[in-house]
Amino acid sequence: MVRINVTVDGVRHQDEVEPRLLLVHYLRNRLGLVGTPVGCDTSNCGACTVLVDNRSAKSCSLLAVHADGTEITTVQGLANGEWHPIQKAFHESHALQCGYCTPGMMMAAIDLLNEDPDPSEDEIRHGLEGNLCRCTGYQNIVQAVRNAALAMGTAEPERAEVKP
Amino acid sequence: MTTTVDKAGSVVGQPMRRKEDARLVTGQTLWTDNVALPGAVHMAVLRSPMAHARITRIDVTAARQRPGVVAAYTGADLADSWSSLPMAWTVSPDQKTPPHMPLATDKARYVGDGLAVVLATDPYAAADALEAIDVDLEPLPAVVDIHQALADGTPLVHDDIPNNRCFTFRLDNGDFEATRARADVVVRRRFYNQRLIPNAMEPRAIAVAPTSPTGQVTVWSATQVPHFVRIFLALNTGVPEHQIRVIAPDVGGGFGSKLDIYAEEIIAFVVARKLGKPVKWTESRSENYQATIHGRDVVQDVEITATSDGRVLGLKVDLTADMGGYLQLLTPCIPLLGRYMYPGIYKFEAHTLTCQGVFTNKTPTDAYRGAGRPEATFVIERIMDELAAELSMDPIELRRRNWIKHEEFPYETVAGLTYDSGNYEAATARALDLFRYDELRREQAERRERGDVVQLGLGTSTYTEMCGLAPSRWLGEQGYAAGGWETATVRMLATGRVEVVTGTSPHGQGHETTFAQIAADTLGVSYDDVDVIHGDTLTAPFGLDTYGSRSLAVGGVAVQMAAQKVVEKARTLAAHLIEVDPGDLEFQAGAFQVKGVPDTQKSIQEIAFGAFAAHSLPDGMQPVLTADHIVDPETFSYPHGTHLCAAEVDTETGMVKIRSYVAVDDVGKVVNPMIVDGQVHGGVAQGIAQALFEEAVYDEDGNLITGTMVDYLVPAAVDLPAFVTDRTETPATTNPLGVKGVGEAGTIASTPAVVNAVVDAVRQFGISDVQMPCTPERVWRAIQQRGADGGPAPQGTIAYGGPQTATTAGGAQ
Repeated sequence: MVRINVTVDGVRHQDEVEPRLLLVHYLRNRLGLVGTPVGCDTSNCGACTVLVDNRSAKSCSLLAVHADGTEITTVQGLANGEWHPIQKAFHESHALQCGYCTPGMMMAAIDLLNEDPDPSEDEIRHGLEGNLCRCTGYQNIVQAVRNAALAMGTAEPERAEVKP
Repeated sequence: MTTTVDKAGSVVGQPMRRKEDARLVTGQTLWTDNVALPGAVHMAVLRSPMAHARITRIDVTAARQRPGVVAAYTGADLADSWSSLPMAWTVSPDQKTPPHMPLATDKARYVGDGLAVVLATDPYAAADALEAIDVDLEPLPAVVDIHQALADGTPLVHDDIPNNRCFTFRLDNGDFEATRARADVVVRRRFYNQRLIPNAMEPRAIAVAPTSPTGQVTVWSATQVPHFVRIFLALNTGVPEHQIRVIAPDVGGGFGSKLDIYAEEIIAFVVARKLGKPVKWTESRSENYQATIHGRDVVQDVEITATSDGRVLGLKVDLTADMGGYLQLLTPCIPLLGRYMYPGIYKFEAHTLTCQGVFTNKTPTDAYRGAGRPEATFVIERIMDELAAELSMDPIELRRRNWIKHEEFPYETVAGLTYDSGNYEAATARALDLFRYDELRREQAERRERGDVVQLGLGTSTYTEMCGLAPSRWLGEQGYAAGGWETATVRMLATGRVEVVTGTSPHGQGHETTFAQIAADTLGVSYDDVDVIHGDTLTAPFGLDTYGSRSLAVGGVAVQMAAQKVVEKARTLAAHLIEVDPGDLEFQAGAFQVKGVPDTQKSIQEIAFGAFAAHSLPDGMQPVLTADHIVDPETFSYPHGTHLCAAEVDTETGMVKIRSYVAVDDVGKVVNPMIVDGQVHGGVAQGIAQALFEEAVYDEDGNLITGTMVDYLVPAAVDLPAFVTDRTETPATTNPLGVKGVGEAGTIASTPAVVNAVVDAVRQFGISDVQMPCTPERVWRAIQQRGADGGPAPQGTIAYGGPQTATTAGGAQ
């Protein structure tokens, strides 16, 4: 067992964990933060994406011990009194259907917007390449990320609409 | 966060933002794997690593000694607790339905077939303990190729089923041979609708609580069909149906793959009761690839006969369909669900179809988005483009000469279905306009002319489908074990809020939103005042769940009818309270008033309280405003549309890039255009994925080579274009909402549009087919192998498209 100190969604935790425990299982099974789902076992789908020290990471591809000393944000820590602009944009743009990929997709999108506050449609499509959605065909997800960038005041309005 | 609309305004037809979203975007969703049950034990399944093997010994003793292990069982240990998994659709009298036990005891019949289970206090401990199970498997030759499977002397998947033949089905409408005799042109092709893995983003999961305050065993399952699961758990295990409650909580996609009764559902249920402990099981993605059903996998030999001026005469289709190692719930009927759809929207004189179902040592196939109808549409829309090429005719013009004209509806097709409505001309005209068809054709010609490295191809698909499963009587005639009705309850609570209970069970479609829109409009109350309850056999004891684009066309109509009953009861009570005759009242915007006398107005929500208080009711009226309705449709609905794809093919690399994609769909009246567009986007994406990216591949030993998401290409955002969507609106005449269904339309339409575009780009090199998925390698090989002499690719090569065009004497060149 290894002792870790980690802050998740603003709450500090100190825990003894098996060295092999995946971060996503630590979040889900130990901390009860089941808002972060698991969609695959090969790091392809990105459903489990969280922010580790403000950078997106697939929590199935990290061990809990890797997270020692870090600050983690999950989908459950996004809203701060009101929804985060990305949450609002996903809702308004109908960027989710079953919603299983949504937590990871939103966390990846936040990282993308941190890196590039005014991404083009193509840059969004490339930026979200590590996150799979089976329901939406991605069109409304791309639109939602553009809309979130606009709402956050970081994007140029003339590129607002996703156009074929 | 919800969109509020004045209660006087109609919300049907508006892009209401979804009620479901609040919990989904904040991570408060109840996926089955999120269900936390105190003291739960975790199940892990030992699966066969061999496609075909005799089981000579399984010993779980050592596994039972592992840390944290509570129990371990083989199929033999539990043989008295269950029976064979259900198969609910017998397609022909000769169909063979072999036993399919939740855990195999005699032979393993595909890689992934369950052999034993371990229950442990922790999922890691359960997975570890699988390694301690001692298994002796005697390898047998794997049956992989479906044509080889049928040959004499091939090993048998099921020892008592000769030639691995599950069934032979035949359908004859008109005299196809006669059309061939007088045809100017006959075109034959072999198409392969490859095996696909559905890939709902949420893997399957089950949680079982053996006891509960209701006295029922409670089962949470990531399923599309909680009502089916309840019935079949009862039938399979002998536990009385009323002692079982099944909940489909939030379900993360299904696409048909969760329209089934799976071994793990039975096993977890049986083991939880045996141990007296809650049991949880969630599959990994790689496990999902082996143990959850696959889709498609049909070889399609097709022959079309026509006149030289482009009139189609007859269509002959011979199908060979891979069942996999066992029959799941609907396996044999899937290739035949499209049996009536092969003629598409065209006026044929004759249509003949045969289908052979074949057992192989592969994961069972079953419903995957569209289920038989994408396969049918692929054949008809591909062969129409091939016929157009043969006749040197524009593919749109060929379709125009043969489709049912809008003034000809209702129209009985050669397959015996009566299409109630449609307007193929309007949808096609709109699509051509949005697509800029003529401009693109000019560009295509220019690129050909100058021998551009990147060639352009245009693909068309003018599809229709049958939706709204389904009339119970029809289903019975076709050999299905159940009906196709649907239930709804609408109740107005004391405070005027409304609960709608539906027997459908959504998993991403947005029923909480669209059904609330229907109820809000019918009752004249605010959208925000209506909530929809679903997915629980306790709240909706009867229901037939969600698949086959049926929810709105059947379940949504039930909601509307139940709400109308509530309005009528409220009218009677309002008349009693206002002391007038019910016929003197008008109902508008949620309020009753004496015609022309506004100060007599009483809102339906006030009436709801009056009905609840029950202080003054008309003689014989029961308290509270609630009504049930069950709809059993008389026939199907027939959405249609025109999809156009422009594909750029790099002739040096074989890479296909979708340059533009236009979808004009006619799904009848639209309840929520935002949701309809979303369904089309997602459906088109899955259809494109079949055309270009996805294929479940087995090696000659029956190993699934594409066994993980690393090996199977589920497209990401960067792999797909943005789509142009639009609609025409020809209301269905067969239901009062005028709706048709949209869940499968995009998938059904898009695959042939894309492949037609790819083939159109390279047809100049003498290529008349590229087998799906049209990967860069396949396209490149097709160009390489045919470019030299224009001859067909040799049989056995990857570009081989089957027997080629045969043009009869006198035919067009």
